[in-house]
Amino acid sequence: MFEKILKIIEKYTFNKDLVKNAKPESRIIADLNINSTRIVDIILDVEEEFNIEVEDTMLEKLVTVGDLQKYVESKIS
Amino acid sequence: MNRKRVVVTGMGIVASNATGLEDFKNAIKDGKSGIKFLPELQKLNFGCQIGGIPNFSNSKYIDILEKYHFENAGQNVKYSCLAAAEAWIDAGLTIPDPINSETDYDTGVIIGSGVGNIDVFTDKIYPIVSQGSVRKLRSHTAEFTMFSAASANIALILGCGNHISSNSSACSTGAESIILGVERIRNGLAKRMIVGSTEIASPYVWGAFDSMRVLCRDYNDTPERASRPMSASAAGFVPSAGAGVLILEDMESALERKARIYAEISGVALNSGGQRKDGTMQAPGTEGVRRCLRQSIEDAGINAGQIDYICGHLSSTMADVLEINNWAAVLNRYGNDFPYINSLKSITGHALGASGTIETIAAIIQMYYGFLFPSLNCEDVHNKINDLINPDKIVRKTIYTKNINFVAKASFGFGDINASLILKKI
Repeated sequence: MFEKILKIIEKYTFNKDLVKNAKPESRIIADLNINSTRIVDIILDVEEEFNIEVEDTMLEKLVTVGDLQKYVESKIS
Repeated sequence: MNRKRVVVTGMGIVASNATGLEDFKNAIKDGKSGIKFLPELQKLNFGCQIGGIPNFSNSKYIDILEKYHFENAGQNVKYSCLAAAEAWIDAGLTIPDPINSETDYDTGVIIGSGVGNIDVFTDKIYPIVSQGSVRKLRSHTAEFTMFSAASANIALILGCGNHISSNSSACSTGAESIILGVERIRNGLAKRMIVGSTEIASPYVWGAFDSMRVLCRDYNDTPERASRPMSASAAGFVPSAGAGVLILEDMESALERKARIYAEISGVALNSGGQRKDGTMQAPGTEGVRRCLRQSIEDAGINAGQIDYICGHLSSTMADVLEINNWAAVLNRYGNDFPYINSLKSITGHALGASGTIETIAAIIQMYYGFLFPSLNCEDVHNKINDLINPDKIVRKTIYTKNINFVAKASFGFGDINASLILKKI
């Protein structure tokens, strides 16, 4: 799951190494250097990958890779 | 302040008959047409069922589209970024690393278009928004639909920090983009300007012209014969698409870094006939055109007798006769004294806003490499053109010559807008 999420995030950065070395506590925008507008695309990719719908209100709450992973796990369980 | 001299040090091209400078040079030299029958237009009941659509799959720079996530971009961003990458490398410059590089405040980008990124609206936005699924529009939708999308994305790749903008003046867009870049460098406001223009292939763009009956309908079975500038049987223009990008540079800067110099842009002029007298929204007025051509020659500081070759606008319509008449009158050169002339649109079709830069690149290639390409389908020269000039001055078979020292290139657009350039061999 964690690896799948990183693979999605990796598409949106030139600095692939930062994402490869990411940890659950890594902040997607601040630590992984992702352009903040790309969060929308990451969420859409996550929805397609895991066949879930992410509520719009969650966008600001999913700060770290771990936040995203936990949210997806809660939706598919 | 003395104005700076402006030279061309790099070029890149995506055209209907070839992608990449070397292939384009060979294609125009051989008169290789880019016009094909397009079944989609037949299905949509177009009168004109032919056109020129570039194939860029063999571009040396194709990896850029994936690296910068341009998969979902419209044609304009794709065409112009491939052409800009080629032009930048051709100028002996290096594409910087996107992470570890600084802003290049000396270089600006002006890439124009006649109609803009319409394909992104028709192919992506309209279907998604119409279904009530607006949240599924991706974040890049805005950056691929804004009119400056091509310029902004080229600036992203190269880290350009000077003037970044996009111009539009119908079919004079390409020549205008070059002139805007020339003026900025002349005034000492930039060392380098990446200029050019791009246009998409789309039935939603071409439909407007088909309904006006200005596209060629008589040669759907023989597409390569359809674009016939200066011919008595010219029956309307053939639409096409693509992009041309040039690296303009302050001559001192080019010499300092020992860059290869293709040509100097020694004279420029822009104007409009104001849609008065015989000028209309669609037709260039005689007075405005002649004034523009004359001003560009004066700006170059040469006399009309020094022009060796004209790279015409010549779009295979009834306006071709008017254009020849205007050139002859402004230069005061008739019969055998008229310079050589040809029309790239006979080979590539009319790429609307992109035509001015694609044709300027063709003009520079010819002057630099010493040949003139054949203007196709002009076996039956129009009588009124025959009355003005010796028809042998229309290049109909490839001519090899090193004696091209000054070239005149003009473009004319809806809105009665004119743009003229004088190119000088260095």
